[in-house]
Amino acid sequence: MDISTKTTAPPAPTDPPTPSLDKRGARGATRPGDRIFLGLSRGSGILLLVIMAAIAAFLTYRASMVLSKNDGNFLTTFEWNANATPPVFGIAVLAFGTIVSSVVAMAIAVPVAVGIALFITHYAPKKLGGTIAYVVDLLAAVPSIVYGLWGALFLVPHLTGFYSWLDDYFGWTGIFEWQGGAPRTLLAVGILLAIMILPIITNVSREVFRQAPLMHQEAALALGATRWEVIRMSVIPFGRSGVISASMLGLGRALGETMAVATVLSPSFEINASLLDPGGGTFAQNIAAKFSEATEQGRDALIASGLVLFIITLVVNGAARAIIARRKEYSGANA
Amino acid sequence: MSNATITPPAPGTNSLSAARLPRWSPYAIAVGAVAIGCAIGLGAGLGSQIQWGLIAAVLFVLGTYGIAAAVEGKRQAKDRVATSVVWVAFILAVIPLVSLIWETVSRGVKVLDVFFLTHSMGVVTDYEPGGGIYHAIIGTLEQVGLATLISVPIGLLTAIYLVEYGRGKLAKAVTFFVDVMTGIPSIVAGLFILSFWILILGFSYSGFAGSMALSILMIPVVVRSTEEMLKLVPNELREASLALGVPKWRTILKVVLPTSIGGITTGVMLAIARIAGETAPVLLLVWGNPLINTDPFQGPQSSLPLYIYQQYQNSGGSPAAYDRAWAAALVLIAFIMILNLVARGIARWKAPKTGR
Repeated sequence: MDISTKTTAPPAPTDPPTPSLDKRGARGATRPGDRIFLGLSRGSGILLLVIMAAIAAFLTYRASMVLSKNDGNFLTTFEWNANATPPVFGIAVLAFGTIVSSVVAMAIAVPVAVGIALFITHYAPKKLGGTIAYVVDLLAAVPSIVYGLWGALFLVPHLTGFYSWLDDYFGWTGIFEWQGGAPRTLLAVGILLAIMILPIITNVSREVFRQAPLMHQEAALALGATRWEVIRMSVIPFGRSGVISASMLGLGRALGETMAVATVLSPSFEINASLLDPGGGTFAQNIAAKFSEATEQGRDALIASGLVLFIITLVVNGAARAIIARRKEYSGANA
Repeated sequence: MSNATITPPAPGTNSLSAARLPRWSPYAIAVGAVAIGCAIGLGAGLGSQIQWGLIAAVLFVLGTYGIAAAVEGKRQAKDRVATSVVWVAFILAVIPLVSLIWETVSRGVKVLDVFFLTHSMGVVTDYEPGGGIYHAIIGTLEQVGLATLISVPIGLLTAIYLVEYGRGKLAKAVTFFVDVMTGIPSIVAGLFILSFWILILGFSYSGFAGSMALSILMIPVVVRSTEEMLKLVPNELREASLALGVPKWRTILKVVLPTSIGGITTGVMLAIARIAGETAPVLLLVWGNPLINTDPFQGPQSSLPLYIYQQYQNSGGSPAAYDRAWAAALVLIAFIMILNLVARGIARWKAPKTGR
């Protein structure tokens, strides 16, 4: 490429035709075919923006219709009675459950996912690593309803022993007290969500760890560092922001997960300090569970809670993308 | 740390001549930890195998650190602990995933036969054995097909806009919102179509309403993957075509797209695999139907994920319904995995030849 431009540069004749080329070629929009094609492709780009705006607008519109009638406080009421004639509903319990279950999921999933990502890139034999990466990719494709079915019919029955163990040894903390009910509580949901978001966090972290500069790692090795010291000193500092954004993508998924939570959790409209006792629901689970018996007004109330979920995930995802974008810029400068 | 690397090690502690644990030591420690873990579990009468595993894992990590620190020194011990923690993380993650696949397959094959695939739930209540998923398969295929028809053109054109034309603020905004759209929870997409199509425009539940919500979830995935593929097309090809006087749109249609068609197909198939398992929007918009309804534009339908949910939720714990749910889950997973494998096969086959 370079050579050809160098050789064609000296002859002058390329200069005169440019004005006419400029008119037709440079803009690429004068030919009718080009104009139509540009219009179509720009149009569909704009359509995406319109869809996003429409989601926000329609949800807000429907939500506003019912919020004015709400007899309770939308933010603090511990009740969901949206079908009653003066509807009473509030998202306090839903917000609590959504945040707590996602935090539990993150606390379990992030360390394990980082471990697996390191395993794939730095510990496993190359072939095994490739296979695992492939399997993790496939697992990301397992539908959430299947996770939900597995969680409800396999995981929950197997959790009773774990629950009583937690109660025996860590019951004094208050977080792990257990009254002995069915283990369909926020902890079970958190564990299931952790399993579900594991693949996405692993995938993104793995990509970041793989890009860690080899020179730094070899330099550390040459100085006599052990493998763990190499990872701690050159791989993890490089990958930190990538891991953060990966975790936030996982968090976004955990916050909005519907079916797995709806099948596993038995919701109750109270807040309980213990993760092992019933208490809390999540936004998405509440929508799925209450939808079939909701009147039009009840649906609007559910839409209002969906709007809150939409805003939360928007913020979390936007932040994750911003971190990734910033990282791209400066790693590009380094490369 | 820096001290250790700068000061020359004393003759006795040189890492090349220092004592090293034999290669089989991690395995020996692992076996020992599992044995002691089981022994403690049995001895203390702990009911759950999860606890046995946890005890064994903790013992393994502690044992490794202790033994390695005694023989090889602290830094090596830390390295070994890190190695074993990474291995433990890997094993911890594999257990539930293997169990998920195993449960689905072993419980799913019970009622999975030709009868199950070719009959609906028309004359069978959810409590009884019998019935099948024919109606759900039809629903899934139609809804996913319609969603694909809607989202592939929009997704392709948007990706072309971003790669071939996109400069300036609009392109930046589109890129950002495509990213954000990827993270929209499926239930929110369902609520949007519900508020707009059913509550405001007054249409009733139908497969088409569901496929509109599914395409909101599918478009960003198609855009993202197509964009990546278009970026891989070497610029020389575009320049050569443009230099021959071919209009830009023909260049895109005849040169850029054919070059990257393999990757684009892969992306689309992966997107299909993703939305085929979506339940929430289908639950809100398609409603579910035990009968065969082949018209996606009229009346409620069923779909595989929705069928699984309703068999689980509405049957009051009847074993026959659970069997059907597992069998449907197996069919759904098989469908998605086949799509995935074929997509990856195509990607490997027709990977765009970069450069020459």
